[in-house]
Amino acid sequence: LPAQSTHADALTASNQATTRPITTGTSVLGIKYRDGVMLAADTLCSYGSLAKYKNARRLLGVNSNTLIGASGEYSDLQSISDLLKANALEDRCTADSLYDEDNNEECAGEVWSYLRAVMYQRRSKMNPLWNDVVVAGFRQETDGRTSDSPFLGVVDKIGTAYEDDVLATGFGGYIALPLMREKFRPDMEEGEARALLEDCLRILFYRDCRALNRVQIAKVTKEGGVLVSDPYELDTYWDFKGFVLNKGELGTDGGW
Amino acid sequence: MASSGSGYDLSSSTFSPDGRIFQIEYAAKAVENAGTALGLRCRDGVVLAVEKPLQNKMLVAKTTGRRIHTVDEHAGVAMTGFVSDGRQIVNRAREEASSYNETYGTKIPPTTLAARLSAYVHYFTLHGALRPFGASTLVAAYDPATKKHSLHMVEPSGVSYEYFGAAAGRGRQPARTEMEKLAINPKTAGGAGSTTTEGTDSLITVADGVKQLAKIIHSLHDEAKDKPFELEMSWLSEGTGWKHAGVPRDVIKEAVEWAKKEIEEAEEESDEDDDEMEE
Repeated sequence: LPAQSTHADALTASNQATTRPITTGTSVLGIKYRDGVMLAADTLCSYGSLAKYKNARRLLGVNSNTLIGASGEYSDLQSISDLLKANALEDRCTADSLYDEDNNEECAGEVWSYLRAVMYQRRSKMNPLWNDVVVAGFRQETDGRTSDSPFLGVVDKIGTAYEDDVLATGFGGYIALPLMREKFRPDMEEGEARALLEDCLRILFYRDCRALNRVQIAKVTKEGGVLVSDPYELDTYWDFKGFVLNKGELGTDGGW
Repeated sequence: MASSGSGYDLSSSTFSPDGRIFQIEYAAKAVENAGTALGLRCRDGVVLAVEKPLQNKMLVAKTTGRRIHTVDEHAGVAMTGFVSDGRQIVNRAREEASSYNETYGTKIPPTTLAARLSAYVHYFTLHGALRPFGASTLVAAYDPATKKHSLHMVEPSGVSYEYFGAAAGRGRQPARTEMEKLAINPKTAGGAGSTTTEGTDSLITVADGVKQLAKIIHSLHDEAKDKPFELEMSWLSEGTGWKHAGVPRDVIKEAVEWAKKEIEEAEEESDEDDDEMEE
């Protein structure tokens, strides 16, 4: 059955299910390190093959200790971000105490579980939010304390929830994830983790046709909370003999 | 006391011959008999304080029966009167604030929030099948667009005004007298004839405001007659990043200690004066 309002006449129904994404973001990378979790993504939203929005923010804080990043349909990411932020605000307003230190904010693990429920419900109505959402932060212990161990999870458009030490969505899964898995250690320093993610973003820019070298890095730490960097450009290297010289000069058979 | 309703007071959709709606006045009475709620607009923020009478010795006093609620990041509401009626107004305020933000992408301006609550409360005075709210709400909020903080009070009749200092509940008359003495009105604080901008530098700060409100509430409280009470205070200031938050408990404690000392000293002075007069 097509996803329409249940009582609408098929001829006049105005609601339609999502059939394809229109404005899309590409890979999001995530890695746990010594102080917390780090996410990385470029700032491109493509309109098919057009690189339309080159300063889009795909890494967003939703409360003081949870970070999300998403690839896929950008408008759905904006909708998810609004929903999670509204939840955080409502939780703060309706909390038992006027004092922030008394209250338990939703932790990243809870946001991830909630998102899983939302995404699965939408898919069950055959009208998905067309995203792969990465959730980063910390879990909570049973007594409400923030856990010392960081949390990194992903929920996809059909409601699959998966957590791991290293994650990547989209193209990143093919190109970056093997590199990240190779280099990952739980006690990586911030500088190491950042260099690894930048390297992966650079390689993605070389290889993914829908990627950009203008990127953002974001981190969640226990002390500092959520921090999202401003976008910046990665240096890229194109002086390979194969690009610079013409085919005849390469010393090969001069063919394609 | 005012003339008895004698038949014109059965419904809030009935005027009396002298142009009054008694049900609304009776609703205001419910507020007049309840714990005092105060609001003060200071130079760098707004302070709210509510006297929460403790009905029962076995109440978990510090946390239950809250009278001050956060409505949005930048707005807080204190209520007095029928607290269950007040809760409905608070819930409505939260809905208004969040729907405004969803529609316009910005925080609801304080005047708009007060106007919406005003309209909501007023609606209940128009229908025979409904009764007016028996609660007054003080709305403290900050407008990020104009960078101004303000205090409004919505009464059971549905009127709402903006105030430098607002009081509702039992001790409102003496509270208003005390508040008028404080430097909260930009026109008078800077000296006669000063403009609003000249006057702002001499207005009291929220730190002072907290102390003064603590003093007012404690001085109104009669140890013998009134029930023991819990003092709830919140603020919204430059210091809190313009977020509505509870005044830290140690700050309230200090303010109450200062207030009690001031009240004692004032009593001693008036005792001395009495002695002098007798001689």
